[in-house]
Formats: sequence, C-alpha cells, structure tokens
Amino acid sequence: MKGNKFVITLISILLGLIIGGIALSITGFNPIEAYKTMFKGVFSNPRYISWTIIRSTPLILTGISVSFAFKTGLFNIGAEGQYIVGSLVATMVGYFFHLPPIIHPIVAILAGILAGAIWGGIAGYLKSKFGINEVITTIMLNWTALYFSNFMVFWEPFKRPNRDASERILDSASIQILEKWKTSDAGRAFLANNNFLKEFLNPPVNFGIIIAILVAILIWYLLKHTTLGYQLRAVGFNKDAAEYGGIDIKRNTILAMMIAGAISGLSGATQVLGVSKETAILATMEGYGFDGMAVALIANSNPLACIPAALLFGGLKYGGSKLQPTMGAPIEVINITIGVIIMFIAMPKLIDIIASVRRRKRGVEVEDSK
Amino acid sequence: MNTIDYNTKVIEMKNITKKFGDFVANDNIDLVVHKGEIHALLGENGAGKTTLMNVLYGLYQPTSGEIFINGKKVEVTNPNVAIENGIGMVHQHFMLVDNFTVVENIILGMETTNKFGVLDIKKAREEVEELSNRYGLYVDPDAKIEDISVGMQQRVEILKALYRGADILILDEPTAVLTPQEIEEIIEIMKNLTKQGKTIIIITHKLKEIKQSADYCTIIRRGKKIDTVKVEDVTEEDLASMMVGREISFKVDKKEAEIGDVILEIHNITVKDNRDLEVVKNFSLKLHKGEILGIAGVDGNGQSELVEALTGLRKVEAGRVLLQGKDITNLSPKEIMESGMSHIPEDRQKRGLVLDFTVAENMILENYHKEPFSTKGRLNHKSISQFAQELIEKFDVRPRNENQIAAALSGGNQQKVILAREITNDPEVLLAVQPTRGLDVGAIEFVHKYLVEQRDKGKAVLLVSFELDEVMDLSDRIAVIYDGQIVDIIDGKDADEKTIGFLMAGGGVGDERK
Amino acid sequence: MKILSDLGVIIGITLMYSAPLIYTSLGGVLSENAGVVNIGLEGMMTIGAFAGATVAYFTQNPWLGFIAAGIAGGLLALLHAIACVSFTADHVVSGIAINFIGPGLSIFLTKIFFDGAAMTIPLDLDNKIPRPLNGIFASISTQNRLVDILDSIFNQYATVYIALFLVLVVWFLLYKTKLGLRIRSVGEHPKAAETLGVNVYRIKYLAVILSGVLAGFGGAAMSIAVISNYRAALISGQGFIALAAMIFGKWKPQGAMWGCLLFGAAQGLVVYLGSTGLEISSQLLAMLPYIITLIILMGFVGEARGPKANGIPYEKE
Repeated sequence: MKGNKFVITLISILLGLIIGGIALSITGFNPIEAYKTMFKGVFSNPRYISWTIIRSTPLILTGISVSFAFKTGLFNIGAEGQYIVGSLVATMVGYFFHLPPIIHPIVAILAGILAGAIWGGIAGYLKSKFGINEVITTIMLNWTALYFSNFMVFWEPFKRPNRDASERILDSASIQILEKWKTSDAGRAFLANNNFLKEFLNPPVNFGIIIAILVAILIWYLLKHTTLGYQLRAVGFNKDAAEYGGIDIKRNTILAMMIAGAISGLSGATQVLGVSKETAILATMEGYGFDGMAVALIANSNPLACIPAALLFGGLKYGGSKLQPTMGAPIEVINITIGVIIMFIAMPKLIDIIASVRRRKRGVEVEDSK
Repeated sequence: MNTIDYNTKVIEMKNITKKFGDFVANDNIDLVVHKGEIHALLGENGAGKTTLMNVLYGLYQPTSGEIFINGKKVEVTNPNVAIENGIGMVHQHFMLVDNFTVVENIILGMETTNKFGVLDIKKAREEVEELSNRYGLYVDPDAKIEDISVGMQQRVEILKALYRGADILILDEPTAVLTPQEIEEIIEIMKNLTKQGKTIIIITHKLKEIKQSADYCTIIRRGKKIDTVKVEDVTEEDLASMMVGREISFKVDKKEAEIGDVILEIHNITVKDNRDLEVVKNFSLKLHKGEILGIAGVDGNGQSELVEALTGLRKVEAGRVLLQGKDITNLSPKEIMESGMSHIPEDRQKRGLVLDFTVAENMILENYHKEPFSTKGRLNHKSISQFAQELIEKFDVRPRNENQIAAALSGGNQQKVILAREITNDPEVLLAVQPTRGLDVGAIEFVHKYLVEQRDKGKAVLLVSFELDEVMDLSDRIAVIYDGQIVDIIDGKDADEKTIGFLMAGGGVGDERK
Repeated sequence: MKILSDLGVIIGITLMYSAPLIYTSLGGVLSENAGVVNIGLEGMMTIGAFAGATVAYFTQNPWLGFIAAGIAGGLLALLHAIACVSFTADHVVSGIAINFIGPGLSIFLTKIFFDGAAMTIPLDLDNKIPRPLNGIFASISTQNRLVDILDSIFNQYATVYIALFLVLVVWFLLYKTKLGLRIRSVGEHPKAAETLGVNVYRIKYLAVILSGVLAGFGGAAMSIAVISNYRAALISGQGFIALAAMIFGKWKPQGAMWGCLLFGAAQGLVVYLGSTGLEISSQLLAMLPYIITLIILMGFVGEARGPKANGIPYEKE
C-alpha cells in the first residue's frame, strides 16, 4: 500500500512536469530547453544548490506542520498565519533583546515557536470549545496575523525609518553559518582558494535546514513511537472511538493545533533569523503556509517525506525563477505544474487507469480489476 | 392466499450470477414470483439475498443471467428501468433525506412541476394524501423525516414506491427496527396490499414473520438457492436448518445464575439527547454480580443515551451512578473504565474501533498508556504485538495477523477484537450493546458464549439489545425500557414474548410500578 | 445629516466590496449543497478576474468579459468536478490543486497576452461594467443632501445589482424547483437520490460547474467593476472569505449574502475611516472583519451544520 502511494506520487510528478511542458510548448517555448534551464538553475553552481536548500527550508517546516495536523484529523490552512506570527515575534526578540550569541537565537526561536503555538492553539480551542471548523478559523487567523504583523511593524520603535520593514535583528541573534568568518580576512583568503565552498557559502546558508531535519525526525518519532502520538492519531482517525477509549478529545485537539502551529512558527523564526533578518510589511500572503499544504500532500503527510517533497518544491520554484531571465517564459508555469501534480495525487483512481493502460500496451498480463 | 394469480409470473429471474471480484455473491439463482403473493427471501447475513434484489432493482448489474418482468425480458440497467417496470424497493436502511419533508421525499426523482421546472408542492401533497388514504398508510405530508417515527418513515418508503406506480414491492428487512405491534401493523399492510393486486417480496432472516405473512419462501445460503417452499408446508425449524445448513439450537446453554451482591446502582438519572431533550427520565436500576440483566426495548427509547451516560460519554443531568459503592457519576470515560466498567459499543465501526489502526493498535485502545504497552510515554511495540497475538489466538480473530488494518476485517472478526479487548480488561460490569448486530450465526454463538462465561465468573453483564430473542435467550432478568424509563422488570424464566412486546410498546405505562 | 451621508457612503462601499464575494459565495452554496466541498473557489475567482479583464480589454465590451469570466470559472470548476465526482478525489486536495492552477494559469496567460507584463492593461472607464443609475440622482437635484445620500448608496456598478438578484435566483432554484430539490438531495443522501433514479453524477457536475461560473463572475466583478484590470494579487483570499461567509450563512444563499455583507461592511468601514484621517491604524481596522467573524461564530455554538454528505466522494456500486 505504501509502495503504491509512492509510485502514484512519482507518476503524478512526472505527469505534472509533462503537462507543464505542454503549457510551455503551446505558448511557444521549448519545454526541453526550459527544463534544462531549470535543472542548470539548480545544480550548475554550488551557490544555486545553497539557495534551493534555503528556499526549501521553511517549506519543509510548514509542510510538516500541515502533515502533522492531517495525521491528527485536522486541516491546518492556518500555517500561513502561524508562520507570520512566528517570524514577527522572532524578529522582535531578535531586535529588542540583548542577549549573548547562541542564547539569543535560541530564545528568539522559542519565542517564535510559542507565538505559532498560540496562534494554532486559538483555532484548536475554538474548535474544541465552540465546535467551529478549523478551516474557517484558520482562514480568519491568517488575515488577522497579517494585519497584526503589519501593525507591529508600523510601530515607531520597531519600524526602520524610510523602509517598509522592521528593524533588522541583532547580529547576536543570527543563525547563519560562518556569517562573520565569510567576510573576515581569513575567511576570504581561505575561500579564494576553495571555489566550491566560496560559492556554496555565498548565500545566507543557515542552521534552518538542520533544524528542519531534526523536527522531521522528532515529529515522525512522536507520531509513531509515543503514547502522545498514539492518542493524537486515534483522535485524528476516529474521534468517537478515541473518546470511547478514554482519550480526551478536546485536550488533544488543542494540543495538536498547538504543535502544528509551533512548527509553522518555527518555520517563520528560522527564516527571519537565518535569511531575511527582518519582517517586511506584507501587502498579501507570502504563501509559505499554502505551499506547505502542497508539500504535505506530495509527502502524503509523512513528516520525513516532507524533506524531499519540499526540496522538489523549492527546486522547482528556484529553478523556475531562471526561466524568465533566460528564455522569457513565465515562472507561473511552476505553479501550474505543482497544481497538476497535486491534482493527480488526488486522483489515484486515474493514475491506476493510466498505469494499467500502459501495462497493457507493453503486453504485460494485467489482472482484471473487477 | 386466495389473492395469488398463479398464471401470472410477475418476476422471473433465471440463472442469476453476481460476482464482486473473486467473490460470488449470487451463484446461478432462479426465482419465480407470482402476482399477488408475498414471497420471502430467507438467508443469513451475507447470504446474498439483498444482492439478488439489488440486481432486480438495477442497482447492480448481474454478471450473467436473465430477468423477466411480467413475462417480458428486461435489462435492468438502473433503478429507473425497474421503476418503469413497476418495481419498487424499500431498503433496510431507509433511503430518506432527513431534512426533507415527507412529500419532498416521495416526489424526489418524479417531481410534480409546472412547465418551468418549478415544484408544485400543493398538487404533490394532494396526490400523496390520495395514495395514503387508498392504501391505509397514514403519514404527515409536511413533517420532516428527522421528526417522525421509524414506523412512519417506513410507510413513507412504501408510499414512495407506490407513488412510482409500483406493483411489485421489495421490502428489505422491513421489521428490523419495529416494535412487535408495529410489526403486526406492517404485516397487515402487506396483506392489504396484495389484496389490491400488489406483489411483495420481503428479505428477512426472521422465521416467525415468514410464517405469519409469507405465502412462499425461497431460501438462499452462501449465494446459492436452496429451495422454494410453500410456507404452510414447513415449520420454523425446517426453515432454520435450510437457512443455516445444519440443525441449530435456539437456546443458549447456560447454568443457573448465582446472583450475588449489587454491583452497579443507578439512582434516578436523567440524560438528554443531542437535541437537548430528556430521553432518559428518572431512571433507576440495580445490577447484581453473577447475572445478565437484559434491557429490552425498541431502538430510540433512550438506550443509547443511557449507555453513553453510564460510560462517561454523555453528561448525567441529574441522579447518581454507583459502581461498587463508588460514585462514578459524570467521571471521565477513563476513570469509569478504571473503576471496573467495560463497554462493547453499539456501533463497532464508529465507537469500538479505529478502523485505520492495526488490530494490535486497537487492542490497546484503552490501555496504551499503561505498562507494559508503554514506558514513560514511549510505546513498546514488542509487547503490544505480543499481547495482540495472544488475544488473536484466544479469540480466534482472523486473519491471524496483528498488523492487519482493522477496516480489512469482517464484521464478526471486528467484534471479536472488541470483545477480546473488553473482556481482557476483566471488568466488574460489562455493558454489551447490540453485541451481535450484523453477525452470522457462528459469531453470534461465540459472543453469547463469552457473555455467559463472564456471568459465570461472578461478574455482571448489562445487555442492551433491540433483538427481543437475544435478550430473552441470554438474560437472567429482563428490564423493559420505554420512553426513557423502566416499565417493568421480569424474571428471565417467566418472560414471554407477548408480555414483553406489550411493555416495549408502552403498554405498561401508567400502571403501578413494581 | 452628516452622519446620514457618512452612513450612505459606508453602505455604498459595502455593497461594492460585497458583490464579488456574494457571487463566489453563492457558487460555494451550490457546490456544497450538492455535496462537493469547493475550497477551489479562490482559484476559480482568479481565473474569472483574469478572463473578464482580458476579454473586456480586447473586445472593448465589459459584458463579453463578464460572460467569459463565467466560462473560465466554469471550465476550471469542470476540472474540479472531474476529479471529485468521476475520480472520487478528496475534495479539499483537489481544491488546493485548483488554487495553484487557477492563479498560476492566470498570470501565465497574462504574461503571454500582455508581453510579459504581470497585469492586464486597464480598461477605459467607458469599458468597465456600467453603473445603471449613474447621473439619475444628480439630474433630480444637485443641491439636495438626501439625493446625495441616495446616490452614494444606489449608484452602483450593475454587477452589484446582478449579485443581489442572483441571491434570489439561487434561493428560488434551490428551494422551489425540481433541480434544487435534486441538488439538495444529492448533498444530503446521494444514495437515496440514486435509488429514485436521480443521476447523482450529472447533478453534481452541474452544481460544481455552476459554482465555478458564479465564482468567475465574482472575479470579474472585481477586475472589471471594482477596479479596471487584473493583476497578481487582485484576488488574494476573497475566495476563502466567500467560503467562510457561506459556512457563516449555514450553506444557505441568503445566509451567505449576509456573511458577505458583513465582510463588505467591515471593509467599507476601513475605507471610510481611512478617508476621514481618523487616528486609528488602518491595519488594526483591517483586522476587524476577521475578528468580528470569529466572535460571531463563537455565538453560534454548534449550530453550523452543512449538508450531510458534503465532502464525501460518492461512488456508484
């Protein structure tokens, strides 16, 4: 069964790429050329690989957040808002607090996690206390988060003068790797002789990816090997049976949304402390939460699978960004491709039919499925 | 009998075979039904009776075979074809839209409209009332389905078929949810309909009703037709052995009960349903060690809410519940369980099992947080597997694989998983609700054996069942529930069906309490 | 009098901002009453906004644009229907896919049609959706305060009136016609409908496609009435808000309309207060509608119940 789902995902990805290619060729672009450009855009330079990983990191985390919620029977459309409050609070701690290095980023990350957990927890509380569907509350909370974040960024002591963004976090709060050393004399001298590292470290490489991988393992372990995970899954699969078994559904619903929120909040925090260093004023959603939903679906809600799924997603997006400058093809073809991939993943029945037709064509015996 | 026209075969099904993948649900079945007869289809659960009728009604396509309606060969490709040929079907689980009115349900699919497709409810209501008067099927046309009784819902179903001009009615398990009195009514209605020239096929596994109502009976076993008999010529025992394929005993073997001290005391409790109406009213009952106390009653008289209240799944509004002298009123399900109560739930798929979990995971649903299944919040997969394997062996769960997903098990095996789990808790009080619903004879015997064994160990069993036979077979004492209250408690040995049926229908209300 | 005329302005803005939401929300009502969860309204609205603006620009006819928007939304909805109805896809997952495909396709095509620009070329004022009552009030009197108020309330784009009219139409369709009875039966108990010979799949297809048409109209009501072109973030969340309004309105057309008006009103208040230069942060004001909705939902304890078979893929046996 698991193998089957994996195959379906692979076929869906392939079909998505084919249909994306068709969209390109209809509009007069050579799809082979386009995919070559994207491939080169990701792999031809260590710097590009770094960027792909950096872009993918927040998606791994929001993907895990959505996956975790799915596993507990909840639909976390709110990853976006949880991400926003996580990044806002981490920025504030990063700027206003004066703490020694190492401790500073840890405090800022914990603050981001807490903010996300609260934001998710509100939806969980409203669901268990008032029975309001989390889909609707998290949609509301996303927009509330966005405007709240903007409101805070406009706050005089926090806003950077003449910029549509907050002040930057202090250096002590950064989680970039070798940030100082890269620009020091010794670092420059070393990197001058090592081109691979020089290119690889050029982008804001940071500890986020390591955190993301650790979280993936942690959540996988939590779900599979702990009593808490057992409870949460039981509630997710069948609330009535869980209740009958003596499991407190309300408490677990709130807890599940808090954990999901915490992971998205962490996503926002790592992004701020490792890459952007500030919170910008947002005209609209940045999409980390929505992209996280796509990642979770491609990963079939498996936290570990969120890592490759997010890398694929990040790779497509980053590689896709090379399409416009190189060949003038719209980058939006990537969104179409991703949408098509998800659409196929949603239709295992269709994939089955396609696969069996192909098998027949190759002359392989296929058992008649009813 | 005199209504049957033997010269007219209204239904003739020839060599019907229906396969689902490898599974043969109907194996070369023939069926002949004459105009004006009541024809029973008898068979155990899963024997293929309903499948055969779904084929006739066009819900399934037969793998092979032919159907003749009124002598004409018909390809019943969908229900519309069946309807056009005068066939109507009343399904076991009523096919009614809950938030629609009676009239809306009856006209759906054959709506009375003006030429712009706008509904003409007034005209439709008149038509429905006319039909209802002609056949003596009383309904309230403007009431919503969710607000009317099960008996009336059934009449709506029959009207639905008649509204479509049905001359042949298929009734799937029509008595399953009715009181004995309502059962008499429906039998009366069926006879009345045949007098007016209708033909009726009933699907059932209740022998007594066949004897009471049917002219002919076709017995199906494991997808094969065994025989068609004239009901007059056979006894219930004959029918039973043809249905099961061996002699069966109707009685459960059990020795004399050794009734001990009171273990569970329910004092004047009141419980509300989801619509906030009081459905358990000032309810009191005492359960003793070493007895099976059966609660007899028609579905919907507060049984479900009572059980949920006792197990902590629903709030007790007033009154007290004592288990071994300890007040367990409104404790959490977990606390009640730990005080010595176990519960075989009414709906095993909704409450009893997490269908997406493995059998092993289901086995520890109530004890996952305890040693040896987990230590300090970490699950101990090895001892969970071991525990599950032992229970699978002991309770004969098939397949013998603890990593099987529960959803993939048959109903009987799912129930065994629940039974294994609950009995292994070694409860002082076992609450068994509809423990054999939908199970085949073998599984029923199995479940009954364990319930009796529990009693013989000196534990108490509170059995709630809508099957009067089951209650009468198993119980040492029978409490009859009506409208949220116990109307009487009768010794199991003295119980007779008539009295209990009378009480179940509210016949004892207003009498002096014993 | 000042208060009254301010109120008039607020009501006017409310109606203008509510209209796109009302179309889309009605779309949600139709689809979900037939049992198909439609989280893809956002994507359908976006493609409608794009198609409306583009066709209106090239044909110089806003009505052709409006119709094209409905067709585009309907086509995207067809995809949703194929996935959910014929291939028993999870409705939410399919909806998410639609929300990637719709906006992706819209900008992709915008760039193709408009030489790489990320927005369509704005329509001339004359080519936008007309305002049928424009000038009527002014012609009565130019000095009368009351006439001014009426003007600020009723001098709306035609799309506003069509939206309100469609509320009535959808209500009538759902509760007074044969088709409506069938749509609702399919969302409540598809099996029952099937046994009575109702073609469940066909009804579901129809309802989902209509929902896309309406969402497409909603997008166009934004891109060729409220403003005059389509651009990247034009539809950012309105589809979801419309969905929330539908749940808020308990899956009923009139209820959904009130939900949309609530959002529209909050937005109207923001715009109005912003124009008065009041010392309240516009960001805080912008949060208001969402918080109000949450609070109102808390008041409706456990009452929100959708169609029973909503979101459950239906398979014929």
